[in-house]
Amino acid sequence: MIDPGLIADLYVFVLAGFLGYQVISRVSPLLHTPLMSATNAISGISLVGSLVVAGAGYNPLSTALGFIAVTASTINVVGGFLITDRILKMFKASR
Amino acid sequence: MQQRTLLQLFYLLSAILFVLGLRGLSHPRTARRGMFLAELGMLLAIVGTLFHHEILSYRWIVGGLVLGTVIGAPLALWIPMTAVPQRTALSHSFGALAAALVGISEYSRHGAQLGAGRVAVIGIEVMLGTLTFTGSLMAAGKLQGLIRGYPITYRGQNFSNLALLAGMVGLIVALAFMPAAGNLFYLMVALALVFGVLLILPIGAADMPVVIALLNSYAGLTDAAMGFMLDNKIQIITGSLDGSSGFILSILMCRAMNRSITNVLFGAFGKVQELPAGGEEAKKPIRQTTVDEAAEILGTARSVVFVPGYGMAVSQAQHRVRELADALKKKGVAVRYGIHPVAGRMPGHMNVLLAEANVPYDELYDMDQINPQFAETDVVVVVGANDVVNPAAKREPGSPIYGMPILEVEKARVVIVSKRSLAPGFAGIDNALYYNENTLMLFGDAKDTMVKLTTALKE
Repeated sequence: MIDPGLIADLYVFVLAGFLGYQVISRVSPLLHTPLMSATNAISGISLVGSLVVAGAGYNPLSTALGFIAVTASTINVVGGFLITDRILKMFKASR
Repeated sequence: MQQRTLLQLFYLLSAILFVLGLRGLSHPRTARRGMFLAELGMLLAIVGTLFHHEILSYRWIVGGLVLGTVIGAPLALWIPMTAVPQRTALSHSFGALAAALVGISEYSRHGAQLGAGRVAVIGIEVMLGTLTFTGSLMAAGKLQGLIRGYPITYRGQNFSNLALLAGMVGLIVALAFMPAAGNLFYLMVALALVFGVLLILPIGAADMPVVIALLNSYAGLTDAAMGFMLDNKIQIITGSLDGSSGFILSILMCRAMNRSITNVLFGAFGKVQELPAGGEEAKKPIRQTTVDEAAEILGTARSVVFVPGYGMAVSQAQHRVRELADALKKKGVAVRYGIHPVAGRMPGHMNVLLAEANVPYDELYDMDQINPQFAETDVVVVVGANDVVNPAAKREPGSPIYGMPILEVEKARVVIVSKRSLAPGFAGIDNALYYNENTLMLFGDAKDTMVKLTTALKE
């Protein structure tokens, strides 16, 4: 019937959601903007799926789509981490 | 086989590092170290994947990595902090685009041979990715001012949007039964492109903090769906974390505006506001003050709380505010800042704008922390904030912002409002605060006023 792999994936998805809820609830409201840019950066993990499509040489269409996907994901990884760090550097305690 | 197991272990390590990284954000002290861990996790995942057994050529991979870096780095390093919301929205659209394209590639390669479940997963993934892509582009356009921030509404809008959504879902169901029907698949993609645009049209600029958070959540879900499609656990975990983060932020923002998510999405706030019958208020007298008098009051206070709004950031007055705060601190006055959760264009935006102006983070207080302290505060200075300090939200059930949590500045001994004129704020409603007995209006450009106050204080 339903792929057992899909069920295992569903377990991971739901449990990670609960974990995310716990972790994110404790993020300081001070840092909600860098939180968003940080999640932008780690959402660039779509890169791992894109890399294979761009490099496997399935067919020209897939390679082209993969290339654009790698570019778009890299923008998120590089841009996301750089701007998060840029923002976090500005948060200083009073001397 | 062995190599594949190794890659999974790499991904597990990445997932742990991502969680630790996000946990670091619970305090500014640990945040940068946390992000370093997350970066390490990303590096591991990428390097591990480069050894994937299916990869034959690195030409297009390297090309994409280089091009992405060339576009992403300048975007991150040079944009002004006021433009961070736009960049965030753009980033959601890039992530969603990647997911949608990989999904389309998957379908085009072996959609016809797949079982119902797998085809449905691809369909959902591509639908989410595509609508998040165009929706986020729209949001970025509205934030950047390329598209008017004004909500665009028409008769039957909610009905036609729901019909469109039902159409897409129907197409995915049909595809599950006829996996080879490529035209259905591409029709669904086209509908999703349009749907993303239509979804954001009726939402006004004032609601952007909620919308960005919501799109963040969609982007996370898209990522998770991509993980389901490729049976890749690290993407499922990351997408789930990202999705719950966006969801929590949407809820917080909605609560801060006393609105429900459905109201934001379908309500077209900021358009329907006819000026309510606040006529009697408008006739009441206001008390105007001068720079010298205001400086005198500030200089003799023991405690001052600044309440900044987005207006302050627009006129780039945050540096001048901090200079005034410095002058006050030199005289021994205790200075704090009270920040409303929606004071800005995205969650936490105001904190970033003040931190950029070298305001120490321990002087920044969120609404719940500062509200109990107003009663013992000598002077509150409101700079560019309006609706978030309007006491009508507490006492006038007829007001459009009734029920919205506000910064209760009117409890302070004196409130000085720096404002260009008596014009109403975003919600288009009159502010009852301005007519209070302990409120002094200081008219003029915010930046200018702050400079003059600082000079007057130093004399």
